[in-house]
Formats: sequence, structure tokens, C-alpha cells
Amino acid sequence: MTSKKTTPPTEHCDSCPAFYNLEQMGFKIGNFDRVVALAGNPNTGKSTLFNALTGLKQHTGNWPGKTVTRAEGGYQFNGVRYKLVDLPGTYSLLSASQDEEVARDFILFGQPDCTIVVTDATALERNLNLVMQVMEITDKVVVAINLMDEAKRKGFEVDARSLSRDLGIPAVPVTARTGDGIHTLLATVADVISGDIKTKPLRVEGTPEFQKAVNELVPMIEQIAPGIPNARWLAIRLLDGDSKVQQALLSGDLAQRVERQKQADAQFSRKMSVEGRQ
Amino acid sequence: MENTTIQPNDILTKAETLRGTLSTSFRDEIVKSLYSEAEHIARRAVKTAKEKKYDLDQKIDRLVTSPITGLPIMLILLGIIIWLTVSGANIFSNAIANVLFGIGDWGRAFFNQIGMPWWITGFLWDGVYLGLAWVVSVMLPPMAIFFPAFTFLEDLGYLPRVAFNLDWLFKKTGAHGKQSLTMAMGFGCNAAGVVATRVIDSPRERLIAILTNNFVPCNGRFPTLIMLATVFVAAAFPPALTSFIAAGTVVSVVLIGVAFTFLMSWLLSKTILKGEASAFTLELPPYRRPNVMRILYTSLIDRTIFVLWRAMQTAAPAGAIIWILANIHVGDSNLARMIADWLNPFGLLLGLDGVILLAYIIAIPANEIVVPTMMMVYMGAGMMVNGPGTSAGIFDLLVHGHGWTMLTAVNLMLFALLHNPCATTIITIYKETKSYKWATVSVLITLGTAFLVTFLTASFARLMGWVI
Repeated sequence: MTSKKTTPPTEHCDSCPAFYNLEQMGFKIGNFDRVVALAGNPNTGKSTLFNALTGLKQHTGNWPGKTVTRAEGGYQFNGVRYKLVDLPGTYSLLSASQDEEVARDFILFGQPDCTIVVTDATALERNLNLVMQVMEITDKVVVAINLMDEAKRKGFEVDARSLSRDLGIPAVPVTARTGDGIHTLLATVADVISGDIKTKPLRVEGTPEFQKAVNELVPMIEQIAPGIPNARWLAIRLLDGDSKVQQALLSGDLAQRVERQKQADAQFSRKMSVEGRQ
Repeated sequence: MENTTIQPNDILTKAETLRGTLSTSFRDEIVKSLYSEAEHIARRAVKTAKEKKYDLDQKIDRLVTSPITGLPIMLILLGIIIWLTVSGANIFSNAIANVLFGIGDWGRAFFNQIGMPWWITGFLWDGVYLGLAWVVSVMLPPMAIFFPAFTFLEDLGYLPRVAFNLDWLFKKTGAHGKQSLTMAMGFGCNAAGVVATRVIDSPRERLIAILTNNFVPCNGRFPTLIMLATVFVAAAFPPALTSFIAAGTVVSVVLIGVAFTFLMSWLLSKTILKGEASAFTLELPPYRRPNVMRILYTSLIDRTIFVLWRAMQTAAPAGAIIWILANIHVGDSNLARMIADWLNPFGLLLGLDGVILLAYIIAIPANEIVVPTMMMVYMGAGMMVNGPGTSAGIFDLLVHGHGWTMLTAVNLMLFALLHNPCATTIITIYKETKSYKWATVSVLITLGTAFLVTFLTASFARLMGWVI
């Protein structure tokens, strides 16, 4: 990884709030500079991380499927204001239940500046499937390896560097419950957004025929839906015969999708800041 | 340039042709290579020191989710929580009631002293304030104990185990196994339980989960059940046994609610929502040490204060309405009494009485406050009691003043368990289903069940000659 000007000199600085200029902004998300999405498998501690960053008290619970809608909050880090969107937990971006669709649509069309995929250090293999699916959609991904304390207790050791190298995106060990590693995570997110860290996500290449097919479809999709951020992913879905994507394409929905998601997000943020709770 | 414009159909056709160039299982191959890649990467990154400590969780799980010991452990845990609530609430309840009703007496006396018109004093202190005092003294103590205990189990990771123990039963009824999870959420709040059904992807099974969620008592209704069980059912037993009998009664009511959830799910999936149960995987999360501060925050601020505040918002106007009804005199009677008398025959048919039904109607916006509202109607109708709010005071008022029997108490518990969802839940059902039809069906099913069951128990009790 390239050297980062925001990296703290020692590890101990991680636990010192004064050092890393983190300001929890709760619901004050009227003006923000960047949007960061929190994705991950169910019950990996997304909401705990969300609360640690925003100072909100989004209800957390130790069971999968607790968050079925998304929550939003804000934090300020080194003078930049971020809007953080906590998405429902999901194992895959390919399935159909409503909570999983919320997550998929936001990563696809909400155009977050960066997506943090929160993973469970004790069940890394299963969690990586989602990480790799998110990497199919966007380059701007950071993996947070959460529950490091639990892993240690169970006798696991996770090598974040090996993971970063293999995935081609930064992987940061954190313990959201105690706040360990949060500073490094935020600095990494900032650097990925600014481009100081260049990601090179590992993607499944497939056969040459498959690559050729994708490459033929991508420009067509981009022409019909200008500004669509994830033409490659949509091309794969079309090759697979995903009826939802087909429908969206036929109805002209796809073209308006980015715009619509933006409006929906703006409306949601307004509602959140007025009502103060969901 | 015009002829290069691409139509959506062109893309679909192109995709279709291109798919032909790929091997038929290309999708599976991609998924497979994704998985094997993930496996490789994970294997390289994770070092497992020893296979130790790993099995404590598993040992506990083997016990907690075993077909033999799983259900009994669940019942014992539920029993312990409710017993703690019952015996703890008893201590605070009387103290809180004495203070709050004392303040009421003082306020009334003060207003009289400074020469306020009688109707201002009455409206404020005997209407609005009394409504608030009843709600706080009946609901606050049990909630302040029940919620932290419930949140503790939730944070520990016990809820998915409950779901695991029950999911085969749900599948037998033709519902989705994950309904066990949304039902468990319903114990917290039925509106939240309805929202939680989003984890169920089959629309048919999701509707079943939504329509039957109300059959488990939410946190708002627990205080009513606990109060009735303590004051009436347990009062028939020796004092040493009181708290155990009361807890046992509440557990039984909860089990009846669960039984109705199964029964109704089965009926629905055999009639208007026909179909097979779909398969799913349920993950058992690791047990985690709950964070005490967060439990206290969540349960006391997010839940107790939230639920109490909601109840108070309905109780204040309800108190005002009751006072007004009781003070509009018609002949030598008043409006409240007239309505109650008019409803009485129907109420008696259900083993209840007219006042309970009137209270129920007034409290429709938040029907967890039926009991406090009912107390106000009884008192508003001109009854004075010694030590209102305390167990003895309530017993005295209802049994000696208004002819309550064990049947009235039991049927009111059943009615509180089964009756229609509160307004918030109905609105949530409408929002989730986007259909007036299903929102209406949810009300009809529950209300119909409540009427039918109370009617049957009342008839049975009369037939057996237990009550007149």
C-alpha cells in the first residue's frame, strides 16, 4: 500500500479520539461531502460500527436480519463530512428478498463514494463471497475485518495484508465494539476516495467467450443509460437472464434509475433529519 | 447517426445471442470459481492456532437447540424473566401508585383551595392526570424489568435459537421457518415484527407472518397481563405462591398466543394463502457477551420510555374523554354509564362487561392501555377507592365494586392477547402490504378470534356452573 499522510504514528493512537479528528455528527447530515455505504453479511456488526462512527443509537441485536431498512448518519473525519448509510445484511447481491434488494440497489445505483464491506473474522470464507460480488460492482471497496476480538478468542488469526494483496483492495482489521482500528479504517476510506490508494479488485475473468460477450454488451448499456456506473455488472446479469434487470431495461427504468435513486436518497435523508428516527 | 440508436430490445436480443456462445453452465462456473477463489483467499489469510475454545458455544447450542431439551429450556427462561418481572414490579408498583395518586389528591385539593371552577379541576386532575397516573403505575414497573431482561437475551444471541427450535413447527403449518424470528420480534413490538417479515422472501409466507404477528403479546400488552395475573388469578392462592402462580399464568397466556399463531398460520395456508413452505437456512450467531450499558440504554430509553410515552399520549386524551362522558348528565345517569349499560349485554356474552368494551373503544389508538382506561371509567363513573393503583385497591374496586369474577379476569387476558392490532401496527401492515384489503383482514382475523374465544370460554364457564 502507498504511504498515507493520515496514518497514525503508532497503533496506540487508534484508541485516542483526540488524535484522529473524528466527530460524530448523528443525524446532522444536511451537508455532506462524501457518501459511504456499510454492507456485509447479516450479524457481522454493521450497526455497531455505524453507531461507533455516528454516535447514533441505531438498535443493534445479536441476530441476523435485524436491520431490514437502511439507516443514515453522519461523521466528520479530518475535516471532511461523510454521510454513512447502514444497509441491511445480505449474503448475496443476487437474491430477491426485500431487505437484500435495498442493499443491492444502493450499491448499484446510489453511487456511494466508497463501500465498506464489514466481514466476520471468524467466518471469513463465507463473507468473502459478498466482498467479491461487491467488487464486481465497484472499485471503491474497503474490507473491514470485524470481530477480531472474537476471532482471537476462538484461536483464529487473520492476516489483513495477505487478504488485501489477494483481493486487490484494502482490508483493515477492526473491533467495532471497542473502537479498535476504526481510525485506520476511516483513513483508508478517505484515501480510497481521494485516489491515494489505488484499488485493483480481483474479478472473476471467466472464459474468453464470456469476456468477449461482456465487452460487447457494456457499450450498448452505457449508450442506453448514460452515466450508469456498473454497466459491467448489468451485462453479466443480462447474460444470466436476470428477469428483473431485463424488465428494468425494457421499461426504460434503467436509464432513470440513477436519477431516481438519488432523489429517493435525498428524500430519505430529509425524512431522517426531520423525524430523527425511523 | 440515427440508425445507431440502440433500443432496449436490441440489447436483450444481443444478450440472448451472446448467451448462445457461452456454455450452458457458465453461470455455475462463475459462481463456482467465485467460491473457490474466496476459499483460497480465506485459507491464505486465516491461521487457526488450535481447535480449542471453539466447542463451548457448540456444547451450549447442542443443549439449547436439542429437540428434547430445547423447548423446556426456552420455557424455563421465559418463566424466569416473567417471574422476575412479576415479583419486581410488585415492589415498585404500589410505591409508584401511592406517590402518583397522592400528587393527584394534592393537586385537586390545591385547585379547590384557590377557587378554580369545578370543571377545570375535574377535567385536569380527574381526567387528564388520572389517565396518565394509571398508565404510568400499571405499565412502568413491569416494563423497566422486562425490557432489560428481554434485551439481554437478544444481545446474547438467544433469539435465533428460539427461531431454530420453532421453525419446524412453522414449516408444518405451511408457513416460513423464519416466521419464528419475526414472531420473537413481535414480543418486543408487533409493528417491528411486521416490518421484520421483510426477511421472508416468499410473498405468501410473508403475508401469513404479517397477519399472525399480533397473536403474541407485545411489550405494551405484557403489563396488562402481568397486572391481571397478579391481582386476580394469583390472589386465589396462598401468598407464598403468588409470584409463581402469576408468572405461570402469564407464561400460559403467551403459550396460548403462540398456539393461535400456529393455528391461524395453518388455517391461512390451507385456505386463502395456499401453498408449500419454502426452504431456507438459518444462521446461529455466536454467543456474545452483552454490553450492560447498551442493554440499559436500549431497554430503558429506546423501549421503556418510548412505549410509555406513546401510551401516555393516548392516555391523556382518553382520560379527558372519559371525564367528559362521565360528567355529561342525562337524567340521573351520565353518558359514560349509558354507553356502558348499552354495551353491557354484549360484554357479558363475552364474559366481560360494558365498561371494558367502552374502555376498549376509547383506547383503540393504543389498545395496550385498555386496563388503565377501564380503571378510569370505573372510577369516573363515581366510584371512590382506597389506595387506587395498589393491588389491593384494584381488587377491591373491581371485585366488590363491579362484580368481577375470575372469568372476567381470564377473559380480559384472552381478549388483550387476541384482539386487533394497535393503530400503529395496522398502519405498518398497510405500509408493508400496500393493501387496504390485508390491513382489514388482519383486524378481522384477530378481532373475530378474540370474540369467538371469549364467547366460548364464557359460555363454557356458565355451562359448568362456575359463574352465573
